Amino acid sequence: MAILDQGPLNYKEQLPPIILENYGKWRYHENPKPGILKHVSESGAELYSVRVGSPRLVSIDFIREICELADEFCDGYLRFTARHNVEFLVSDPAKLEPLMAKLAEKGLPVGGTGASVSNIVHTQGWVHCHTPATDSSGVVKAIMDELYDYFVTMELPAPVKISLACCLNMCGAAHCSDIAVVGVHRTPPRIDHEKIRKGTEIPSLVASCPTGAIRPNPKEKSVIVNEAKCMYCGNCYTMAPGMEIIDPENDGIAILVGGKVANARSNPMFSRMVIPFLPNNPPRWPEVTSAIRNIIETYKAHARKGEKLGEWIERIGWERFFTLTGIEFNEKLIDDFIFSRETFRTSAAFKY
Amino acid sequence: MAEKKTPKLDELENGRWPSFVTEIKKAAVKNEASKELLHLLERSYEEKRGHWKHGGIVGVKGYGGGVIGRYTDLPEDFPHLAAFHTVRINAPSGWFYKTDSLRKICDIWEKRGSGLMNFHGATGDAILLGTTTEQLQPIFDELSEEGFDLGGSGSDLRSPSCCVGPGRCEYACYDTLEACYNITNEFQDELHRPMWPYKFKIKFSGCANDCTAAIARSDCAVIGTWRDSLIIDQEAVKAYVADGFDVQTVVVDHCPTKCLKFDAETQELSVVAEECNRCMHCINRMPKAIRPGKEKGATILLGGKSTIVQSAFMGWVIVPFMKMEAENDFEEFKELLRNIWEWWDENGKTRERIGETIYRLGMSKFLRDVGLPAVPQMVYRPRANPYVFWPEEEIKK
Repeated sequence: MAILDQGPLNYKEQLPPIILENYGKWRYHENPKPGILKHVSESGAELYSVRVGSPRLVSIDFIREICELADEFCDGYLRFTARHNVEFLVSDPAKLEPLMAKLAEKGLPVGGTGASVSNIVHTQGWVHCHTPATDSSGVVKAIMDELYDYFVTMELPAPVKISLACCLNMCGAAHCSDIAVVGVHRTPPRIDHEKIRKGTEIPSLVASCPTGAIRPNPKEKSVIVNEAKCMYCGNCYTMAPGMEIIDPENDGIAILVGGKVANARSNPMFSRMVIPFLPNNPPRWPEVTSAIRNIIETYKAHARKGEKLGEWIERIGWERFFTLTGIEFNEKLIDDFIFSRETFRTSAAFKY
Repeated sequence: MAEKKTPKLDELENGRWPSFVTEIKKAAVKNEASKELLHLLERSYEEKRGHWKHGGIVGVKGYGGGVIGRYTDLPEDFPHLAAFHTVRINAPSGWFYKTDSLRKICDIWEKRGSGLMNFHGATGDAILLGTTTEQLQPIFDELSEEGFDLGGSGSDLRSPSCCVGPGRCEYACYDTLEACYNITNEFQDELHRPMWPYKFKIKFSGCANDCTAAIARSDCAVIGTWRDSLIIDQEAVKAYVADGFDVQTVVVDHCPTKCLKFDAETQELSVVAEECNRCMHCINRMPKAIRPGKEKGATILLGGKSTIVQSAFMGWVIVPFMKMEAENDFEEFKELLRNIWEWWDENGKTRERIGETIYRLGMSKFLRDVGLPAVPQMVYRPRANPYVFWPEEEIKK
């Protein structure tokens, strides 16, 4: 029988000796090579972290393999990052090159530090979710194959963080990323009255709609949707399986850019929509990967060193962003939901 | 089932980035459900749609969360996926693991599940992906035996997470690893037994670089900061200059508040402390020479969430500076959380995140009810309209 409420493993028992010894005493760090961080302690101790890209969806064999590497090179300890990378913590510099050689042999990429494209934070998609408008792991794999060289080098103006959410629930919380890839629906829910009658609390379903498009349908003991008011957010479908929103021919991907979470220089920013829809085109999603490559390469060619994607766009102006990238601007990119006002230009000063 | 081909997924084994398809195939060698998952996913790639139904109610004894029911809508074609549930394991602070700990998870999961996992889920739990209803309790029992506990799900406290903190970062303004561990342990009931209007996420970042994206991804963001002046080591500044580092261009010119001054002649870098907004830019660029001040703590921000329903919110400052001290058991922060949850419990609607409740009822009501003083650090700028809700006691009768 399980012990209730014992809480997570105590992190203190999961830390390698070099971290226990230098806890809170780190003095500075360097980024000598892509994917390698060197932290130096007040005591003079040096710790090398080797950051490795992972597909996040992994088998027990993968975990056992990285455990073997950690046993051989890192005294039996490793960690994961907030962006799903694996980090090998090497206290003996002599073990660095042999570890790198083993990782290369296994086809595991080392990178994702500094001015690189880091691993993509993402959701479950078609692998294991009930509301997705696109897949996650497959789109991520296609994008990271396309941007691989930017993961293993540090040649961008600043770090680029890409996130993917396979529907607007955004378990991946993509909304403040340099580039957000978001699964979107484009058609109103199709109502299965039978399913609604069977197991849905009608008042909660009506209340779930942010635009008030759903109202009760007493005749059917179900609901009715004012389709003109529906913005396809899918919140009703999350509440009620009878509000079928998945539409293979019309679901797809929107691209938002320019978000950031760090406070360095400029305040955190939301990502803004620049492409309202690209089709789901598995297995490689070529429209999505080439759109992202175009954005990153235009940014690389024009931004100043150290400037985040969103900072660059805010400096040159969004109108210039559309000119430089060649991305078509259209009325779908102008906000018409509840917080739209702040995005309208109230100035006669702008560029072309 | 008959051997079918998976040409679309096979294509995703090409390319240089490690392939999740290869991982599913590895699991498929040992496990029938993983094999079916491969074929179900191929079908999704053909039809451009998912094949999972809404979760049913499954669970383990004593908890209301931690496992999520998952069923395919094609059980006749994929009988091993008729039930393919998720188990969330609350990860240790900073996602540090002894390899022994990871192997214990693997051994249990090899015996009782699909062999597929996420390291980690977006909220920070280690995710075991796919098992049957009857395996849930034994999995929990065996994980528990090895010292693990389940994470949050549903309308409860989700597993808090934190950055690497003082474990490996010189920027950490408080002990994020200890705060996360201590506070997670304090609120085990809230984490395991859903009883709120909706989910509540807490993320701990040691500085304003916010490596856990707390401001965007958590209802309550605890972001390390300091109150006094940043500390400049003039000798180290000179060493940067000697190395050919351009202090003026890289650091001073990009300071958002223009509070830094570099004298090229004396090679001295100075700061007007009261003009500095503690953004971290200069420290990021010159970590050997510039450090956070001595009076350290955290800024507390509330209300961060993603798009559904009323647009995405970032966390709003509700406490500009709070000491985050392990010696005091983080008591001030815990007390604040209890007050916030009590208010949300009373005022929140079903499936309404705390940020949405505050937005609906007004920040000033929230601050009054919870007992937080209004300070200018809470806003970018004051209101532009005169529509003040005057409290009755301030009006002459």
